[in-house]
Amino acid sequence: MTAPSKRPLSPHLTIWKWGPHMLVSILHRLTGNALTFAGLALLAWWLLAIAGNASAYADVAAAANHPLGLAVLVGLTWAFWQHFFSGLRHLVMDTGSGLELKINKLFAILTIAAALFATAVTWFFLMGVNR
Amino acid sequence: MSAGTSATPLGKVRGLGSAAHGGAHWLEERFAAVALIPLSLWLVFSLILLPDLAQRTLAEWLRAPSAAVPMALFVIAAFKHGLDGVKVVIDDYVHDEGNRVGVHYLVAMAAIAGAALSLFALAKIAFGAA
Repeated sequence: MTAPSKRPLSPHLTIWKWGPHMLVSILHRLTGNALTFAGLALLAWWLLAIAGNASAYADVAAAANHPLGLAVLVGLTWAFWQHFFSGLRHLVMDTGSGLELKINKLFAILTIAAALFATAVTWFFLMGVNR
Repeated sequence: MSAGTSATPLGKVRGLGSAAHGGAHWLEERFAAVALIPLSLWLVFSLILLPDLAQRTLAEWLRAPSAAVPMALFVIAAFKHGLDGVKVVIDDYVHDEGNRVGVHYLVAMAAIAGAALSLFALAKIAFGAA
């Protein structure tokens, strides 16, 4: 280890401000992991219950209608839409577009707004029209 | 272009650069992601449009090829994409070589088992007695 230099350090690692792009990036990983570990496990359970007998499906229905289960399902719905819109943004950025500061920030904010809106609309239809 | 035919630094990098496998892996990761755009939208809209979510309704829906096939494709693409994504997270956070390989195997086995269970359930619904 060399002796500490007297020269000033660049502040790039310790001085920074939260931005929508950082939030959306972290949310993409968070929602992706939630969808994989919770969402896909529930998908398999749900499909097996549909294939199973009436009591197997009653267990799923009871869990889904429990306030805690409902909160998980609404949370996963939001996670899906956030990951969906954020994923679309990533596919656009993969082409090399949308990387300019202002556009990038705008798209990041739009994914958050679109996901919240889509979650509300999805559950409006699920609760309102079907039951 | 073969290595050393260009005198410029950029030309040398191009000639002697990567093994050219990274791009294929990167594109493969996006394949299931792109497939999930129509498949996941199909699933959400189907669940909204079904008259109710009772077991009989869902089983009858999934018995038809028009629902069983897209659902099977959704299961395959979703488990593949989940595995692709978690792989990247593992690479970022599990630094010990042995642990990393072990965790990769565990997650891959869980994904394959989950996909197999889901596809088995779908086959049972589609081919089982009504």
